[in-house]
Amino acid sequence: MSQDWTRATAYDIREAVKSGAVRAETVTQAYLDRIAAVENQVLAYNEVWNDHALAMARAVDAKIAQGEDVGPLAGVPIGLKDLICTTEGRTTCSSKILANYQSPFDATCVERLRAQGAVFLGKLNMDEFAMGSSTENSATHQTRNPFNLECVPGGSSGGSAASVSANECAFSLGSDTGGSIRQPAALSGCVGLKPTYGRVSRWGLVAFASSLDQIGPLTKDVRDQALALNAICGHDPRDSTSAPLEVPDFTACLEGGVEGLTIGVPKEYFTEGLGDEVRGKVEAALNVLRDSGAKTVEVSLPHTSYAVAVYYIICTAEASANLARFDGVRYGYRHPEAKDMREMYVLSKSEGFGPEVQRRIMLGTYALSSGYYDAYYLKAQKVRALIKRDFDRAYEQCDVIATPTTPTPAFKFGAKTDNPLEMYLNDIYTISLNLYGGPGISVPCGQSADGLPIGFQIMGKVFDEAAILRTAYTYEQRSGVKLAAPELAAS
Amino acid sequence: MEFETVVGMEVHVQLDTESKCFCPTSTDFHAPPNTNVCPLSLGLPGTLPVLNKKAVEYSVMVGLALNCEISRWSKMDRKNYFYPDLAKNYQISQYDLPLCHGGWIEIETSAGKKKIGITRAHLEEDTASNTHEIGGGFSGVDFNRCGIPLLEIVTEPDIRSAEEAYAYLTALKQILQYLGVSDCNMEEGSLRAEANISVRPKGSEEFGIKTEVKNVASFSGVQKAIEFEVARQIKVIGEGGTLVQETRGWDADRGITFSQRTKESAHDYRYFPDPDLMPIVVDEAWENELRERLPELPAARRARLEEQYAIPPYDAMVLTLSKGVADYYEAAAAAKADPKKAANWIMGDLQALLTEAKQEIEDCKVTPDNLAAMITLIEDGTISGKIAKEILAEMFASGKAPKAIVEEKGLVQISDTGELEAIVREVLAGNPAQVEQFKAGKDRVVGFLVGQVMKASKGKANPQMVNDILTKQLKAL
Repeated sequence: MSQDWTRATAYDIREAVKSGAVRAETVTQAYLDRIAAVENQVLAYNEVWNDHALAMARAVDAKIAQGEDVGPLAGVPIGLKDLICTTEGRTTCSSKILANYQSPFDATCVERLRAQGAVFLGKLNMDEFAMGSSTENSATHQTRNPFNLECVPGGSSGGSAASVSANECAFSLGSDTGGSIRQPAALSGCVGLKPTYGRVSRWGLVAFASSLDQIGPLTKDVRDQALALNAICGHDPRDSTSAPLEVPDFTACLEGGVEGLTIGVPKEYFTEGLGDEVRGKVEAALNVLRDSGAKTVEVSLPHTSYAVAVYYIICTAEASANLARFDGVRYGYRHPEAKDMREMYVLSKSEGFGPEVQRRIMLGTYALSSGYYDAYYLKAQKVRALIKRDFDRAYEQCDVIATPTTPTPAFKFGAKTDNPLEMYLNDIYTISLNLYGGPGISVPCGQSADGLPIGFQIMGKVFDEAAILRTAYTYEQRSGVKLAAPELAAS
Repeated sequence: MEFETVVGMEVHVQLDTESKCFCPTSTDFHAPPNTNVCPLSLGLPGTLPVLNKKAVEYSVMVGLALNCEISRWSKMDRKNYFYPDLAKNYQISQYDLPLCHGGWIEIETSAGKKKIGITRAHLEEDTASNTHEIGGGFSGVDFNRCGIPLLEIVTEPDIRSAEEAYAYLTALKQILQYLGVSDCNMEEGSLRAEANISVRPKGSEEFGIKTEVKNVASFSGVQKAIEFEVARQIKVIGEGGTLVQETRGWDADRGITFSQRTKESAHDYRYFPDPDLMPIVVDEAWENELRERLPELPAARRARLEEQYAIPPYDAMVLTLSKGVADYYEAAAAAKADPKKAANWIMGDLQALLTEAKQEIEDCKVTPDNLAAMITLIEDGTISGKIAKEILAEMFASGKAPKAIVEEKGLVQISDTGELEAIVREVLAGNPAQVEQFKAGKDRVVGFLVGQVMKASKGKANPQMVNDILTKQLKAL
């Protein structure tokens, strides 16, 4: 029997490994072979850990051989976005300033995944410090969209999305500050979920914007989301913003259908700027859910038009402080020609950070500056409260909110790099959710005429991941939409 | 023109918690450089702060002791600036909502008692320490200190003289030590004081241009720095010059202040709420719980000691300067020592021994029980006060009980009349000149003769009895 394990879901791999139908090492080797075959076209990884992955897989096999308990992710090979700290390999954030940085500790989610038997394949490319929507801001290289190698995979978790769609891992972890999981999942044709802020510990996640960042999985289907979330969610005393709440078994939340569920459809999301193809596929997706017994109601999120502006003030302000620590004093890049302390700072940062990161640090510094704080940062916080209130009010009328994930499918390399504002607008449907704090999932709902994936976003109330998982799972089952990237020629 | 001094103080106190303000790492910064560090104290990416509850409790206790209002809701902010001793290049501090605000402290100077307003007390983290003495043209940074909790206590500009500033610092330190929240060691930097100093024409309501004097290593240094700075400012004004708002350092060796940094180069710290930390909520129940945990504070204890033990106000003041001494005193009194005598011994001989040995009373080998026992030995006539001084020194050195020393060295007082009469006779026979002087009416020689008797008895003679016997024999001559 020659099953291609790289096309299997994490769930199927886990079942097969646990039952002894296949060795974890065999599965991991299959993924490593797949990476060797297609990675020169996709370029999803910053670093692949051949030996480490095989050692982890063999450890799982050894446990099984001795009849020991292996976790619910036994032998599942996964990839990690390169801003999640790992003691193995480097943690570069796809930045020159951390090009050789090795973390002395594992992120909480990494510890938890390891404890559940997952196998780590390596670190995935991203926009530098998660700032971007196309992964073109990586200091290392450009990751390609497996559905069309001339297009971007989305970002900032572009490597995380592309690796899943190209079957270079069973699932991956990304991080979502303004859409950085959901947008690349939509553009690259996989399932991406941003959990509620506080659901997943941020210990070991290199901070971009602390009040918005959240780690989440990118998977091949919705059931794998539940499996991955079960592993990474839960209170962590090392993160003060992590919620001390019980976490339900998400795999038990999938079934049950959407009969009686009310889906809010915000009118502000279906206006000018939404591409026709995306609109058509999203409306078709809503029909599938209606046919499955859900009710849809029009809701209003009246402050939606301010979300992008509010987001870019808050995230840049927080980033300007979060990234101050990269100064060449203790670790990371230090300019070799700096002659004094001031030059060490100026030259190390000017050379170590790419242009988008520098732009955001300057924007944030400006927004916090004396005399501007009230007009920018404080005002933005006030509008953020209004945006939160929009969601609270909308959820009085509905259980979940459904929208497109992005206005258009994936775009070509360089198409938006000259105009940062146009790039920022690609996150217009995903940003509000981070400002609100609730969970959101993007599931594939079809392809454009050019064969590019289109994403359907379902957002939930805070800590109600169960509702969006059940809605997305029902949609996935009923619609029969299952995207597969075109065959990539083996090198 | 006559000028008035206006001073406001900023004091940074390291809180004596076991672990740092935002991580579980030890606060012991005597350890070899960069050994009490962790990913958080080094500002490594991916780390997050978790607020030390004890640091909040200590801060609130200080606030309560300083009669402050405790904020029901406060938050931590990020203060942004670049310096190698600041691992994250921002310091977690409190900006517009300090934990404690609006209090006062009572001080006492030669002019009497006075209240100094406390503007605020807020919690923040200490920085690392830089050293420029590692050689090779390099500077070193020791992150052991980075993240130790600091409480910054700021006064109103209520202080009107260098002496008041000294009294303020003394009173504050006393309270902090009573609370047991800091060792207040200025030399080691666990208490750092900065003075904002200005002068204005007497009667004026407006403040003059202030200078901030930093890095002073002692309270008396602060007093001297203020005296110098006030005189300097008055001189500049008198000569028609203009003062600049600036930070000045204190050169203790030369006794002068010197310019360090002017206002133009001041930072824009871009404070904003730290999104990694939750708001700090101190509800009424928690505040009350902490209020109940407050020990008796210096002023209250001083009043109680004065009344309970019927000792003079001065004694009560000296004995309550440090909590350790007050505890020691009360323990001795509880062991049945005469309260006034115990006060005298502690303030006098024992304090002298401690000062000479550079020891704190907490480390003293003379237990309060043994001191009380020694005083009782004097009372019941077993030893003389003079011998007691010797015995105390021995107790101080060895920690032995006074009775054991008395027996070991045969220091029991001679109170036998016959024996004493014999010694007196010998002394009088040996000092005919002094006897003649006495006969000529010079009473003062009695003191000399008593001294000779004590000497002859190796200090063991009962002084009262010697006096009596000597007077009797002289008169009989």
